[in-house]
Amino acid sequence: MSDGEFDARRRKLDEALTARKRQEKAKSGPATKGSSAGYAVALRLSSEFIAGILVGAGIGWIIDRLAGTSPWGLIVFFLLGFCAGVLNVLRSAGLVAEPKIKSAERDTDSPEGKQ
Amino acid sequence: MADPTKVDPIHQFHINTLIPIEIGGYDVSFTNSSLLMIVTAVLAGGFLFIATSSRGTVPGRAQSIAEISYEFIASMLRDSAGSQGMKFFPFVFTLFMFVLVANLLGMFPYFITVTSHLIITAALAILVFVIVLVYGLWKHGFRFFKLFVPEGIPVVLMPLVVAIEVISFLTRPISHSVRLFANMLAGHITLKVFSGFVVSLTSLGAVGIVGAILPLTMAVGLTALEFLIAFLQAYVFAMLTCIYINDAIHPGH
Repeated sequence: MSDGEFDARRRKLDEALTARKRQEKAKSGPATKGSSAGYAVALRLSSEFIAGILVGAGIGWIIDRLAGTSPWGLIVFFLLGFCAGVLNVLRSAGLVAEPKIKSAERDTDSPEGKQ
Repeated sequence: MADPTKVDPIHQFHINTLIPIEIGGYDVSFTNSSLLMIVTAVLAGGFLFIATSSRGTVPGRAQSIAEISYEFIASMLRDSAGSQGMKFFPFVFTLFMFVLVANLLGMFPYFITVTSHLIITAALAILVFVIVLVYGLWKHGFRFFKLFVPEGIPVVLMPLVVAIEVISFLTRPISHSVRLFANMLAGHITLKVFSGFVVSLTSLGAVGIVGAILPLTMAVGLTALEFLIAFLQAYVFAMLTCIYINDAIHPGH
């Protein structure tokens, strides 16, 4: 096989590979959402929500312990924790804009990101 | 389990002490979980070491697996944290390989799944959390707290929103660790329960054996699903780590 012929074949293979990769990328986007089992989603969302409430209540309890403001710290931070839990759930369900999109833009237009 | 027809689905998560060690009143015994973790680390490290030792231009099977896993994590990290995030590549890759190999080793019968214990996943998640916090504060100083201040909100709402964002930030290690732990735990218990049905039904005679076909097919299907989840959860764990690292590198705007 001559060198030119070999080069042509390699180029063809390269093109086929990039086309294939692009296809797979396009496919994998929505597929990762649907392929996971339903209970995995349930576990994810509930853990996000419960974590918010737990952390909020914990902070409130610590503030009460330190400042002696019982029970106001617990009440206020429990409610804030509830808000944070709802925010977490909405974020992980993709209903609130993720900061990820912003970072992608940021990375392309900042020159320091190129190093 | 004295009675072979009785199946205890929790028994598989039991920690057995192999070498009792006690230092300063603390029980630091070498357990079956520690053994599995060492096996995981040795297997993951050893495989990558052997796979990359030949360094052929045309990769063999093992080398292409190593290269695919490198590409997979590297592109994930680059996509979510930018090219600056690549300095965290060894960390994320180690985490991914450890969780993946631990999950897959857990699929062997009689092996303990180390990631089905909250203490293991919590340790990993807290490690990520502390690294994000320390790196963010070291790199950006006070500007790191911009992470908690979203753009374009009224000053009146500021304290409320910042408090909610701070709580939301603090929940990260919890949901990060619980997600992996709960998935592995729930999956392995379901698998054990369905296999338990097969064992109890077959002891009932001919009718039982026919009836056991249904849970058996379920168990086979669930095993396949568990392999998917073992991989998926390792991916999710690494993916979340990348997103959190992105916050440490680019806080605020």
